Amino acid sequence: MGLDFTVVPEHLDVILLGCLWTIFIAVAAALVSFFGGIIFAVIALYAPWIIRQPFRLIEWVFMGTPLLLQLFLIYFGLVQIGIDLPAFVAGIIGLGLHFAVYNSELIQTAILSVDKGQMEAARTVGLSRGQALRKVVIPQAVRDVIPPIGNNMIALLKDSALVSVIGVSELTLSAQRVIGATYRPFEFYLVAAAFYYVINLCMEWVQRRIERRIAISR
Amino acid sequence: MTDTEHFVEIKHAQKSFGKLEVLKDISLNVARGQIVAIIGPSGSGKSTLLRAINDLDALTGGEIWLDGVQVNKNLPYRQYEKHINQMRQDIGMVFQHFNLFPHMTARDNVTMAPKLLKGLSKADADKLAEEQLDKVGMLERIDYYPSQLSGGQKQRVAIARALAMKPKLMLFDEATSALDPELVDEVNQVMKKLAEEHMTMIIVTHEMDFAASVCDRVLFMDKGVVVEEGPPSVVFKNPTKERTREFLRKHLAGAK
Repeated sequence: MGLDFTVVPEHLDVILLGCLWTIFIAVAAALVSFFGGIIFAVIALYAPWIIRQPFRLIEWVFMGTPLLLQLFLIYFGLVQIGIDLPAFVAGIIGLGLHFAVYNSELIQTAILSVDKGQMEAARTVGLSRGQALRKVVIPQAVRDVIPPIGNNMIALLKDSALVSVIGVSELTLSAQRVIGATYRPFEFYLVAAAFYYVINLCMEWVQRRIERRIAISR
Repeated sequence: MTDTEHFVEIKHAQKSFGKLEVLKDISLNVARGQIVAIIGPSGSGKSTLLRAINDLDALTGGEIWLDGVQVNKNLPYRQYEKHINQMRQDIGMVFQHFNLFPHMTARDNVTMAPKLLKGLSKADADKLAEEQLDKVGMLERIDYYPSQLSGGQKQRVAIARALAMKPKLMLFDEATSALDPELVDEVNQVMKKLAEEHMTMIIVTHEMDFAASVCDRVLFMDKGVVVEEGPPSVVFKNPTKERTREFLRKHLAGAK
């Protein structure tokens, strides 16, 4: 039996809906991971010991265990203590925090490598340490790590397929459902792959635009 | 109470890094409107002294006073932070490597602190930026980023940034040392202009000609002590100490 793509159009609506879910979850999780990454980095570098220690435990959990397990924990585990999240919310939180930890590592290094003179100059005009971080140091650190954060975001997009296991009808699960009805796995997995590829291209395009915009201000 | 004779007062400043003593009991008075140059070989402690005045490098002993208020007061951490942030608004500083904020335009470099700390409205902040950048001859570049400016232009914006807080005192830490020779003059002109407006200034410099032409007083420092001080006519023309003579001989020969 050869490949037959003629069955694709009549199921395209399901695939496209899955595509929208994937985009929505990836974008939302990317935002969580970006701002979460900044907050985590500041905690790791500057928070008092009493806050830093429990935070390191969270960091270890998100870095040292499989993302799949983290999603199970957030979706199925938290219900037991009364936190019943919709599947897509659990997916966004799981993906977002998982990649926030990786972004945080990048941002920490970048913060430490911002020229010492920047903090000094900010302090000499009267800014407090916190104000200097917020206005001067962190904006520069974030600009420096846009490219590697972009790479993390592409990894995030690919890993968003994992939220299918908690029942979010994103692209991969939508493809599976169509396959269940048509018995055409090769065709529909290829179609899903093509959509992932297109979303990826869009993300790279956005990243390049951001990089070009900030090039002058570095 | 303002004592114009003791506008800036350094009393027995002492600073060590571990066993290394970089400042040994230095005292200095600067009157309001006076311009003092600090010269000396590298490692003499002159930059450390300047950076102690706004507490970028904390002293290990001694006191710094500005306009009747002690800068390096002994206070609990939080109170001290508040106090020093307030004090620093009155002390402008210009660095050798400019330290402009690269992610902000010239305008934002100048207005960021006044907006944040003094609550200036956008309109007032814009007016302030125009005023200060005009003063240093950089008004045309108001919306340029530092990466689009030459070294001399960057330093002029950095001076405008410091002036925007309306400081009582300006500190210059080798403001022209990192500049290409042909860019030095534009920065010196700005500093001269400030001198004419009677801004109180303490200048660490390697430029003897400039120091001689604008300063009221020159301090020669070596190995953490003030070796000689006096008006430029005396220190440059008739130094009394052998170490001063030696430094000037080497330095002036090196400059040619």
